[in-house]
Amino acid sequence: MGKFNKTGKRGMPALNTSSLPDLIFTLLFFFMMVTSMREVTLKVQFTLPQGTELEKLEKKSLVTFIYVGMPTQEYRAKMGSESRIQLNDSYAEVSEVQDFIYQERSSMKEDDQPLMTVSLKVDKGTKMGIVTDIKNALRQAYALKINYSARKRD
Amino acid sequence: MANRNRKVPDINSSSTADIAFLLLIFFLLTTSMDTDRGLARLLPPPPEKDQQDQTDKIKERNILQVYLNKDDQLMCGNEYISINQLRQKAKDFIENVNNDPKKPEKVQKNIPFFGPMMVTDKHVISLQNDRGTSYQAYISVQNELVAAYNELRDEISEQKWQKKYADLSEDEQKAVRMIYPQRISEAEPKKYGGK
Repeated sequence: MGKFNKTGKRGMPALNTSSLPDLIFTLLFFFMMVTSMREVTLKVQFTLPQGTELEKLEKKSLVTFIYVGMPTQEYRAKMGSESRIQLNDSYAEVSEVQDFIYQERSSMKEDDQPLMTVSLKVDKGTKMGIVTDIKNALRQAYALKINYSARKRD
Repeated sequence: MANRNRKVPDINSSSTADIAFLLLIFFLLTTSMDTDRGLARLLPPPPEKDQQDQTDKIKERNILQVYLNKDDQLMCGNEYISINQLRQKAKDFIENVNNDPKKPEKVQKNIPFFGPMMVTDKHVISLQNDRGTSYQAYISVQNELVAAYNELRDEISEQKWQKKYADLSEDEQKAVRMIYPQRISEAEPKKYGGK
């Protein structure tokens, strides 16, 4: 009875935190590995369409992105709300797509060039006209591997 | 000299954790773990100037026409259908179980692992859309067509190896692909009417 009733302060033993930095560092390295910083600032808005039969895009270094969508709020006054194409950091016309692909391709390693994939990130409300124009430009530029970016349907 | 065994004072390392935390939080915030997914497609090479229109060389029975108009209505062959029916329709077309004379012709082909098989390897699914079609509708149709192929490939893999197509070895996948080659042609879009 008195057994559980020990008087006198017993004080919590201090938790040994000497390995805490190591733990945190491990986490830190993990996130540093998986991080891929976005290189471009998006100037167009898009919601990707949904699908079920999606494949993963592998090897980010082989992938070139083309964004299509409505200009974001801050540019809308200037550019209107028609669908626009974004290449790298600026708006572009369809006619510039071909040169863009050539440029991107020449900046890749020679072995990788035939494996180049173009990922089309297109808003789901876009009219097909503009997409078709891009596709034709890609065909002309011999960038034949493409990927229609989409989200998984739940 | 006077004090040889003077101890090097320890660096107070109690704040390393905080520093690491700061870095950790920074990377946590900047990380975007989005795995990009999408429908992979291969575009046909650009048409050459002296190349003649090849479409009329393909027999009519080998083509499944899929039209998508500017109001996102879907037409397959001669009838309007809904997007849910497309997968089955495409599967029936590609497989052609009963050797229907209206469906693609079957050719005997020697396939590794399978031996001689009757294959509909001349079939083409021709997808035609309008410039006004919405992208979501287009992707849905593409998705259904790819799904049709994937289901057929899975079915035959299950039959032969009791495995899904994705779990097969590379050679086996190649053989399955020879039985059901993916042939989706994206024709030049037509513009019906004005904008």
